[in-house]
Amino acid sequence: MTPEGSLLAAEGLRKAYGPTPALDGADFSIHPGEVVAVMGPSGSGKSTLLHCLAGIIRPDSGTVRYGPHTLTDLSDTHRSALRRTDFGFVFQFGQLVPELTCLENVALPLRLNATRRKAAEHRARDWLERLEVDDVAAKRPGEISGGQGQRVAVARALAPQPRVVFADEPTGALDSLNGERVLTLLTDAARDTSAAVVLVTHEARVAAYADREIVVRDGRVKDMAGRI
Amino acid sequence: MSIGHTLLGLLESGPRHGYDLKRAFDEHFGQDRPLHYGQVYSTMSRLLKNGLVEVDGVEAGAGPERKRYAITDAGVTDVAQWLARPEKPEPYLQSTLYTKVVLALMTGRDAAELLDGQRTEHLRLMRGLTERKRSGDLADQLICDHALFHLEADLRWLELTAARLDKLAAAVRG
Amino acid sequence: MSGRTRPRPAAAGGPRAWARDLAMGMRFAAGGGREGWTRTLLTALGVGLGVTLLLAAASLPTLLENRTVRREAVAPAETERPVPPSPRTLVQAPLETAFRSEPVRGQLLRPDGARPPLPPGVTALPGPDQMVLSPALRKLLHSPEGALLRPRLPFKDVGTIGPAGLVGPGDLAYYAGSATLTPENGGHRIRAFGVTRAPEPLDAKLLAVLIVGCVVLLMPVALFIATAVRFGGERRDRRLAALRLIGADARMTRRTAAGEALFGALCGLLVGTVLFLVGRQFADRITFWDIIAFPSDVTPVPWLAALVAAAVPLAAVAVTLLALRRVGIEPLGVVRSGGGRRRRLWWRLPFPAAGIALLLLNGGIEGSRSTAGPFLIGGGAALFLLGVALLLPWAVDATVSRLSGGPVPWQLAVRRLQLSGGTAARAVSGITVAVAGAIALQLLFSAIQSDYLKVTGQDSSRAQLQSTLPSHDIGTIRKTISAFRETEGVRGVIATIEASASRPGPLRKGETFAPSTQVTVGDCATLRELARTGPCKDGDVFVVKDAGGQVEGSYIDETARPGATVDFAFHDGPDGAGKRPRLWTVPRSARTVESRKDPMGQDSFGLFATPGALDPALLEEPMARAMIQLAPGVLDAVEHARNTAAGISPLMSVRALRDTVRDGQYTSVRTGLGVAAGATLALIAASMLVTMVEQLRERRRLLSVLVAFGTRRATLAWSVLWQTAVPVVLGLALALSGGLALGLALLRMAGTAGLDWSVVWPLPAAGAALIAVVTLLSLPPLWRMMRPEGLRTE
Repeated sequence: MTPEGSLLAAEGLRKAYGPTPALDGADFSIHPGEVVAVMGPSGSGKSTLLHCLAGIIRPDSGTVRYGPHTLTDLSDTHRSALRRTDFGFVFQFGQLVPELTCLENVALPLRLNATRRKAAEHRARDWLERLEVDDVAAKRPGEISGGQGQRVAVARALAPQPRVVFADEPTGALDSLNGERVLTLLTDAARDTSAAVVLVTHEARVAAYADREIVVRDGRVKDMAGRI
Repeated sequence: MSIGHTLLGLLESGPRHGYDLKRAFDEHFGQDRPLHYGQVYSTMSRLLKNGLVEVDGVEAGAGPERKRYAITDAGVTDVAQWLARPEKPEPYLQSTLYTKVVLALMTGRDAAELLDGQRTEHLRLMRGLTERKRSGDLADQLICDHALFHLEADLRWLELTAARLDKLAAAVRG
Repeated sequence: MSGRTRPRPAAAGGPRAWARDLAMGMRFAAGGGREGWTRTLLTALGVGLGVTLLLAAASLPTLLENRTVRREAVAPAETERPVPPSPRTLVQAPLETAFRSEPVRGQLLRPDGARPPLPPGVTALPGPDQMVLSPALRKLLHSPEGALLRPRLPFKDVGTIGPAGLVGPGDLAYYAGSATLTPENGGHRIRAFGVTRAPEPLDAKLLAVLIVGCVVLLMPVALFIATAVRFGGERRDRRLAALRLIGADARMTRRTAAGEALFGALCGLLVGTVLFLVGRQFADRITFWDIIAFPSDVTPVPWLAALVAAAVPLAAVAVTLLALRRVGIEPLGVVRSGGGRRRRLWWRLPFPAAGIALLLLNGGIEGSRSTAGPFLIGGGAALFLLGVALLLPWAVDATVSRLSGGPVPWQLAVRRLQLSGGTAARAVSGITVAVAGAIALQLLFSAIQSDYLKVTGQDSSRAQLQSTLPSHDIGTIRKTISAFRETEGVRGVIATIEASASRPGPLRKGETFAPSTQVTVGDCATLRELARTGPCKDGDVFVVKDAGGQVEGSYIDETARPGATVDFAFHDGPDGAGKRPRLWTVPRSARTVESRKDPMGQDSFGLFATPGALDPALLEEPMARAMIQLAPGVLDAVEHARNTAAGISPLMSVRALRDTVRDGQYTSVRTGLGVAAGATLALIAASMLVTMVEQLRERRRLLSVLVAFGTRRATLAWSVLWQTAVPVVLGLALALSGGLALGLALLRMAGTAGLDWSVVWPLPAAGAALIAVVTLLSLPPLWRMMRPEGLRTE
């Protein structure tokens, strides 16, 4: 029952940590260029859903399809490769490598994709400019503000021009103004490159940046679009 | 909202004509409900009478709209006092939403369904406001934020209520 | 209450402030929840291991002293004059043998009366054909391999020697009773057991080696303790920042941190003491330093133990305060000035320079009258090695800041090192110092080893064992020789019966005694080993000139001359004059030949006769010597030969021929240092592993993020390897140059110039192997921390 034209779709995901189920038959789908907010109370399985969708963890059962691939059948090596080339990630905090400069941090995923250093850093600089933080390029993450750091992280997620960006509470550690700027830049850039964005958040104001929202409750997904 | 104080505040940055005042008010505060000219002049005449504004000059031509108003020292003091006076918080103790939730529970309907529906509706509105904010100017952003934060507060109450539904249900039925 | 109105500077720095802050730190360490406990536990374990090693080292003097005391207590007392028999004396004879490479120490005892002296550890003397023996020897005799030894000890087991009579629990010792032993047939009458020998002063060169060795081995332990005190320091700093937030000032937080370290160190002291006490119970089961010790012997010298107990907590406080020098703990977080301030070279260089200066100040250790000052040499070596440890962070900083570019793993590693080179340097400082010290030590060792290697002149390729028969009875001698020939694994026996011959007749003018010469009877095969006989058949006689040049040929000619008559009887003794001569005429056909060194490296000369020409029965008091050639590849042939000898006489000894012998002191110093070096290296590996795993744990979330965006495991593994390898390579390079410098300084002292590269290379290689092992062992934790669980926010 994969919806027609979807880029990434999941069906019947189940995942348990120990005896407690984090996901209990969750379905999901997203189209190219679409921004979908994943909402729900804490502990509802939002992050687990994101990790399953991105192929970071393998669900106990259920399938995740991405284009022609069935992520859940791929080996760890294949999924890693896919994450390098097709997916981008933004987390709440602690994601920048503290010893690399901001420029090197943004260039890192490109270099992991075997882009040459010069070219990678050139492209990284473009993205830093686009996210209005080219002035911190030579600084280390410890020397910049949280808002700047998050913009660097967004630049890093977008630099390899991923098809899907996974953002897990990307503004959770930011004040409203910085949070909104980061969201605007993220969603604008994603729309420009017609990347899909999976935006995990518990804040309605953040979810309002998405095209539609789904709610995860007790490990199940409620697609609110279906109600209208 | 006190229109008199708002107009006084607009005059503080410099003398203005009556129609200027209306345009400035609409631009900053009147997105949803523009002022009538009549409101402007009746307000200004009251302020004149109270000595808070004075007529700075009259341009050639007829009509009250040609008058230029300036704020007086008393007017500046009045604005300052108004801004400094805290507004009375408005708690929505008996909102329609609350009534609906309680009624849904009392009649054995699924309140979670109601909450989810309401969230969708809220978010639809919020999405629109966010869109407007993204394309609008500073005034748009400020007014939209105001609404967005209130709507978000509603939703957070909804979330909390959803979490407490079990307890609430027991309390209502018991 | 007025004191409350104005904030008082809390830290005036007085002893009370110190005590209060240290106590607070100790409370934090003890009650800091799970994280606090983990940290304290890690520190305690690390410090504990170090303390155990230090206490063990502090026990060595006691151990060696006690062993020497007991060894001397069981030796028969030495007397200047023969002891007349009395009820309080006994006759004793040593029964020396060996089983495989273990010496077996026995004494044959025969009391003269009712109250003979008792050797230590023995409550009653064994009767004839009985023995009391050490537990280790009993265990060996009852084991399957002991079957080979049993024929040599044909006595009845009637008791056990107590610990007082044993050097160590592994001692193979026994006392056997005899009914026939007399001073005349090989015994020695004594009144008591126990000798006191003035301790042999250790040779200056060896003492220098020993001092440097102690420094080399204990410096890494000290460094390890210093590292262990800092386990989990970064997390603690963040916790202390919270303390600043509620109003503690910088000095207070520093002292609180010191208090935490102090608690960890005290726990470590406790752990170390317990480990040591438990460990020493197993001392009698572990062969360490070639010996097995009684647990009671493993007792630290009190003042050394006190030194350890005082130095470890003090060092913990000092190290913490020093480490926090570069760390600013601010209310809102921790600021490391590592990136900002460059490490300076100027104050580090004087340390190694001063070390070398102290060494040179001691002067030469060559020659018998030179001295090795423990403080000059030990202090010099310690200062130098400390200097190497201090130079390392600077070297890492200076090198790493110049590195850039390269593939992603390399970039990750280099950048990390640029940001926290100090941590990396600290992790490898132990191995750097250990390798540098070991290089220096090995250089000194290899340079002086020829001094302690004596060429015996024996040739173990011609014969492997030699034995001297105590009996003068020709029948016994013949029986012995044929018994050896028939022994399993014996290929041949070079057996000679020796006596002397003199010229018969009265003394000539100018002579004080009759000229005499040596007579050797043996078969042709035997004689060929002793002289260049040429063709030989039974019945031949040779006159052999000393090719060694010690005895003039003309003197030999006075007696050993073809056609001359010689007398085998002694006439020198008190009853000599009246003795009947034992005359024999040297055949005219006797050929004159040159002597040849025998397998023992000795030259024989005089008359050589085959049994067909001279009946040995004619000789007076003949002595028999046997050199035994073993068949190669026959296991335990030596033991069979020893059994044969014991079967003939328990007093007959069988010794192995050795081309060279090392000085005993030299050997024990060398094995001791070798074993201790192994223990030190293992300790360093453990500390590196802990540091590495801890670093990884602190980066758990980052690792998970890197994995999330698709980083290959190999990429991260390589980055971990580079991160270890770069400081290690730098450390080993520094160790190599530092070790060579220190080694050359020591060589100069020893007056030796030879630099033997072949002993240098294995040490960096061992260090590198250690790193490989540590990296390999840190991979499983790395894999575990790369799991996505680390992404979950807590």
